Amino acid sequence: MTLHVLAVDDSRTMRGLLDHALREAGFHVRLAEDGVDGLERLAEATPDIVITDINMPRLDGFGFIEAVRRQRAFRSLPILVLTTESAPELKARARDAGATGWIVKPFDEQKLVDAIQRVTTM
Amino acid sequence: MSGNDIREGFFEECEDLLEAISDGFAAMARGQRDSETLNAVFRAVHSIKGGAGAFNLDTLVEFAHKFEGVLDAVRSDQLKVDDVVLRLFHRAGDRLADLVALARDGQIANPADNAALVGELAALIDDDDGAADEAAAAAFVPVTFSLDLFGPADEAGPVRHVIRFTPHRALYTTGNDPALLFQALARLGDLEVSADLSRVPPLSQLEWDDPCIDWTLTLNTEADEAAVRDVFDFVDGLCDLEIVQEGAAPAVFLPPLIEAPPLLVPEIPADDPAPPVAPRLGPVPADPMPEAPAAVQQRATIRVDLERVDRLINLVGELVINQAMLTQSISEVKLPPGNRVEVSLDQLKRLSSEVQERIMAIRAQPVKPLFQRMARIAREAGQAAGKTIYFRTFGDATEVDKTVVERLGDPLTHMIRNAVDHGIESPEKRLTAGKPETGTVVLSAAHRSGRVVIELTDDGAGIDRPKVREIAIRKGLISADKELTDNEIDNLLFLPGFSTKTEVSNLSGRGVGMDVVKSEIQNLGGRVSFGSRPGFGTTVTISLPLTLAVLEGMVVEANGETFILPTTALQETVQADPASIHRIGTDGLFLSIRGGHIPILDLGVCLGLQDRPSDLKGRVLLLLENSSGGRTALAVDRVVDQREVVIKGLEGNYGHVPGIAAATILGDGRIALILDTDELASAMAAEPDPIPQRLAAAGG
Amino acid sequence: MSAVAEPIAVTHREIVSFRVAGQDFCIDIGSVREIRGWTATTVLPHAPDYIRGVMNLRGAVLPVVDLSARLGFGTTEPSERHVVIIVTIGSKTVGMLVDAVSDILSAPTDDFQPTPDVVSDKAKAFVEAVLSVEDRLIRLIELERIMPTSLGIVK
Repeated sequence: MTLHVLAVDDSRTMRGLLDHALREAGFHVRLAEDGVDGLERLAEATPDIVITDINMPRLDGFGFIEAVRRQRAFRSLPILVLTTESAPELKARARDAGATGWIVKPFDEQKLVDAIQRVTTM
Repeated sequence: MSGNDIREGFFEECEDLLEAISDGFAAMARGQRDSETLNAVFRAVHSIKGGAGAFNLDTLVEFAHKFEGVLDAVRSDQLKVDDVVLRLFHRAGDRLADLVALARDGQIANPADNAALVGELAALIDDDDGAADEAAAAAFVPVTFSLDLFGPADEAGPVRHVIRFTPHRALYTTGNDPALLFQALARLGDLEVSADLSRVPPLSQLEWDDPCIDWTLTLNTEADEAAVRDVFDFVDGLCDLEIVQEGAAPAVFLPPLIEAPPLLVPEIPADDPAPPVAPRLGPVPADPMPEAPAAVQQRATIRVDLERVDRLINLVGELVINQAMLTQSISEVKLPPGNRVEVSLDQLKRLSSEVQERIMAIRAQPVKPLFQRMARIAREAGQAAGKTIYFRTFGDATEVDKTVVERLGDPLTHMIRNAVDHGIESPEKRLTAGKPETGTVVLSAAHRSGRVVIELTDDGAGIDRPKVREIAIRKGLISADKELTDNEIDNLLFLPGFSTKTEVSNLSGRGVGMDVVKSEIQNLGGRVSFGSRPGFGTTVTISLPLTLAVLEGMVVEANGETFILPTTALQETVQADPASIHRIGTDGLFLSIRGGHIPILDLGVCLGLQDRPSDLKGRVLLLLENSSGGRTALAVDRVVDQREVVIKGLEGNYGHVPGIAAATILGDGRIALILDTDELASAMAAEPDPIPQRLAAAGG
Repeated sequence: MSAVAEPIAVTHREIVSFRVAGQDFCIDIGSVREIRGWTATTVLPHAPDYIRGVMNLRGAVLPVVDLSARLGFGTTEPSERHVVIIVTIGSKTVGMLVDAVSDILSAPTDDFQPTPDVVSDKAKAFVEAVLSVEDRLIRLIELERIMPTSLGIVK
């Protein structure tokens, strides 16, 4: 079964990298440009996992995760946060918002797959 | 999409991000210092850092990281943005742009080059000598998932870990799943799972996110404890976890109360109508969405290979030429007036010219990125000259052909340095003159009657005309008794090597003068002129064609051949009148006009089509001004027409032809050559006679 | 390996042959883009005498080489019967003015012989090899040498 991933990042480059790496790993990928866009994509089709950036315009990663978790259908949807820093307070804030885990940038394909594997039944 | 494409894409995105940073600082300079403006800058720096990290551009990452740290201090109100801070931010933004450019060109940036700036940034947040920052940078060393820990174990052989694991509510609400953790453990070795269900309440009272199960896991693995703990990385703090190593000897430890299935998905409480994951739910329920304003309307764009656009432009050029040929053929047929053919042809003409216009517009780009670069030039020039400069731009959205935008950089740079260096007075002088201490330089762009007009205005002292005149006389550029209008004096500045500064400044005096600016602009089919008012400042005006693919030209004939003469260089057209033509020396002919003597050049001779100049009687003289400021009268047989022609390169299939800039195709399908008046005249300027040889030699 | 002898593969070279100043020449068919009747050209200033001028080929500006002049047989007075062969030389497209196109031939590669001394000195510089077909001697033109060297056509 192909795992469906929704990747949310405002950086075109990062979206490109995520798209590339996730496709290479055999996932089905959809992309969103920020939190608002992410919520819209989420409403269209439910992914198996969401990967989101934190710093984004319109609706940042924290707000996005909170909004996702408020929806009953998504309360146990795995959500991984992309962070540039290993800063503990960022992780803590993301977790408070409802993030399942995190991926520290820069990531490689193995790192991505590994993190996804931890939180999904792939 | 290959890795290279993504890398390319990153640098393209960087352009946008750097623009956002520049925009943000400009807004802050105007006093707009709200959190959204700041956040936009922060995000842009952050995105550059993120992307750079992906491509291992360490110096860029490090610098962006430090810059980001300072911006973050502003976000958290630890640092207030004043003009000093803003100036530093500007410089940091410039440095960031440099680092991006270096990285793009595959050059290794030297981190030491950033040291001073990094120190200044660090000082803003009381970061002693950047020492604490070093620590921060060290902390930034990306935390990777320690895959190596899964590697070969020590010789001790399998170790038995007994893990007591009690998930908290938050483990479930963050989307974590004990079953997945068990799976991950099972990948490390042999796993036994047992669950203590003694705390589980009756089903009716069970909460979905609080199943009250305590787990005891027994793992026989060659992996060490760190690897085992790593499995619980995401749920650290979301559960009670106790890991006890028991050595190799298997021992019965706390017999499981009940055998649990290897994979136990948390029960779905019966009173909960929705399953944890409901596929395809349709529209999002009316849950409140925090701070999510209505979607911003974004302009849809596509990226197209420039070559495709250029091919299309070529094809449309063909279309226009073919239509002209058709028009000519039809006119030869002599149809009755008002016939349907001509009506349709008119429509075709309108359509094809509109198609041409629209396609040319594809190549058009806003001047904004160019203007932003100029803002930096102005800043740097001001800093070097010890003058505070207020630089403003107008008409950033004005669109010009891509090549024009690219090639305007150098001339504009020089003009701005000139304005800052020579135009704007020193702060003391300005105060004495009753002007504000800060000098203003304004760069603007606008579309005006089918051309693009770019103006650079400063509120400096204006052109010191008596001084310019004096220098021109001293340098032998004009005779001492020559009467010159203000305009003529201003134009002396375009003469090669002209510099009004007695000592060469290290900014604008670097061997490039306004003569180079002028020839660059002329190469783009443009014109440049000065306007100045003593005491009030100077305006340099550049007028450019909207596109480089067509050119406004005079259609002339010489030696039975048709040529196109670009109108940019043309001053006026005069009939050759024997009374105003004088022979000086053996065969040098000069045209006397308004007191000046302008050398006459026979086009046929220039191009080597004939050996001796023809009799000027009945011929036409075209007065040209070349970039060296000199004037030439070009003798041709006849002026046929003035029209726009589509430029066709000669160099693709042949090579450079001396005195010829390009070719075009006429209405009858024949080719006409477009003259390079500068090359014709400059060869003439040195020695009037052996032009053909000189030109031929120049062209190889 | 099979015991049956395979016939040795003979590679052929396809050529277009044409006449210039009463002599037979040819070029590789792969270089030929198209063949057109003569149309007036526009004079190119400061060009060598063998550059006839430039012509318009569907919107592209191409130089036309007078092959007779280039080979040292004197300039051609072109008429409607003359032919321009459009060829690709390196990255450039060029027209070659010739008297007439004779044939399209396929000849075994081995039949092309080194240029004998019978060919006139000037022309020899442009001839890569010769081919005997019946009683005719066809000279294979080395196209890269046709254009002025200063224009930097690279093989």
